[in-house]
Amino acid sequence: MSGAANYIELCAVGDVTQDTPYKANMDGTDLAVFQLDDQYYVTEDLCTHGPGSLCEGYVDGDEVECPFHQGKFNIKTGVATSAPCTDPLTVWTVIVQNGKIFIDPASARKATP
Amino acid sequence: MSQTSAGAVIQSVLDDVQIAALADGIVIIGAGQAGGRAAEALRRQGFAGAITLVGDEDELPYERPSLSKEMLHDAEKEAITWVQKPEFYAANDIKVLTGTRAVAIDRTARNVRLGNGETLHYGALIIATGARVRHLDLPGATSENCYYIRTLADSRALRDRLVAGRRVVVIGAGFIGLEAAAAGVKRGCDVTVIEIGPQPLGRVVPEQIGAWYQSLHASHGVKFLFNAGLVKFHNEGNVVIVETKAGEMIPADTVIVGIGVIPNAEIAAEAGLAVERGIIVDEFGLTADPHIFAAGDVARHFNPIFNKHILLESWQNAQNQAIAIAKNIATPAGAAPYAELPWFWSDQYDVNLQMFGLSEPGADTVIRGNPETKSWMLLQLKDNRIICAIGMNTARDLRPARDLINMGATLNPEELADTNVPLANIMRREKRDRAAAA
Repeated sequence: MSGAANYIELCAVGDVTQDTPYKANMDGTDLAVFQLDDQYYVTEDLCTHGPGSLCEGYVDGDEVECPFHQGKFNIKTGVATSAPCTDPLTVWTVIVQNGKIFIDPASARKATP
Repeated sequence: MSQTSAGAVIQSVLDDVQIAALADGIVIIGAGQAGGRAAEALRRQGFAGAITLVGDEDELPYERPSLSKEMLHDAEKEAITWVQKPEFYAANDIKVLTGTRAVAIDRTARNVRLGNGETLHYGALIIATGARVRHLDLPGATSENCYYIRTLADSRALRDRLVAGRRVVVIGAGFIGLEAAAAGVKRGCDVTVIEIGPQPLGRVVPEQIGAWYQSLHASHGVKFLFNAGLVKFHNEGNVVIVETKAGEMIPADTVIVGIGVIPNAEIAAEAGLAVERGIIVDEFGLTADPHIFAAGDVARHFNPIFNKHILLESWQNAQNQAIAIAKNIATPAGAAPYAELPWFWSDQYDVNLQMFGLSEPGADTVIRGNPETKSWMLLQLKDNRIICAIGMNTARDLRPARDLINMGATLNPEELADTNVPLANIMRREKRDRAAAA
């Protein structure tokens, strides 16, 4: 492992709550930072169906509901769980250090639809 | 065998005869959003028989909301949301007959006759023929000088007309008309809206919302004529002069008409099925014929939440009702009624409206937030229970209202008006209280 130098800082732990995901940005791509209980998760922010921002969405259990068309994704896996969404979101591995939330850009992955 | 309460799972909506017939395959007439979603859901639910989707438009199934919004906002870019990618249909062995009209149903033989003379045999038939626009019946009004918004072809033709500086007259101040007006403004046109009623959106939302939208459009330079009956169109070269009963003469380079739709239910009525402005179906989407279902804009469906038949012309209904019916056919052992609270949205300028439930005149009103801003909410209550929630630019705060309506929770109107208390908190508290009581 190449160490923390490659991690990208997205926000502080205090920027995110269970109800209000945080919109972060990595090289021009918007990312959504979620808190589920005491764990944090990061997905791409843009819904794979239409121009909905998942940070503005409604978090229910492990799922986020897009505010645009009410399609749903599993926050942990990125898998689309409700129509009209079918394509999964890209997700990243989260690292929490000193009250800050980081991702490893090399950890980007997408489930098979 | 069946129980009709919302969300109840019943043993099966299909009997052995109906299930055996499925070996003859499923025909879906209407290849819009409902038809496309039904076909997709049948395969997702594991139905392995033949599926044939018949539609009279030339395109594969697509969603219609963008036709009055994004499609009109740009002269070049095509904002089309397809139900599925083209390769999906072949990959899932779904036969799609585009440009093909179904003209008659022979219920005895279980055949659909097509406009090209061919017939399709079915084990189950899903009618998802949608609706067509109501045409303006007025002297001088023709298919050449009236632009309607229903199909991709309509939208493509109209967007070429929205050229900066041109005069656009919109007839009808419903959601389609207002979205078209906003698109005209965005394209730099000079827009006038003519409405026969006293205010915009009169039939579907409370007066205060209609008045707010009138101000919103006026702030963008849109002119309104209300209570304005029409006499005739005078065609003078490329210009249409719209004459009103009050004697006004409004010149237009383009006239857009949005005065409602008519369900394409004739094929069902001619086959002897019950039609009352829409095909009558039960909570499972089934007509009185055990082999024929209907979904989407053409269906007048028994909604267990309201305990009555309702017809909804919405994106949500087209998608989710079709999926629910497909599930009931493909996995009849787990059949469930379609019982969703209506949800609707409209985008005009920088305002996204969302609405849960059905608005009722005479209900109590709670305003949440400040209507002087572009982010506020109107809740309609009956006996301190929310029956309808309409939010402007408040998607996240609004969303828990759906659960509160579905729960039938008795609430404090003062608390609902307090924007310091998120509706999500109220919803969670109500759910906790219910769990504790149970």
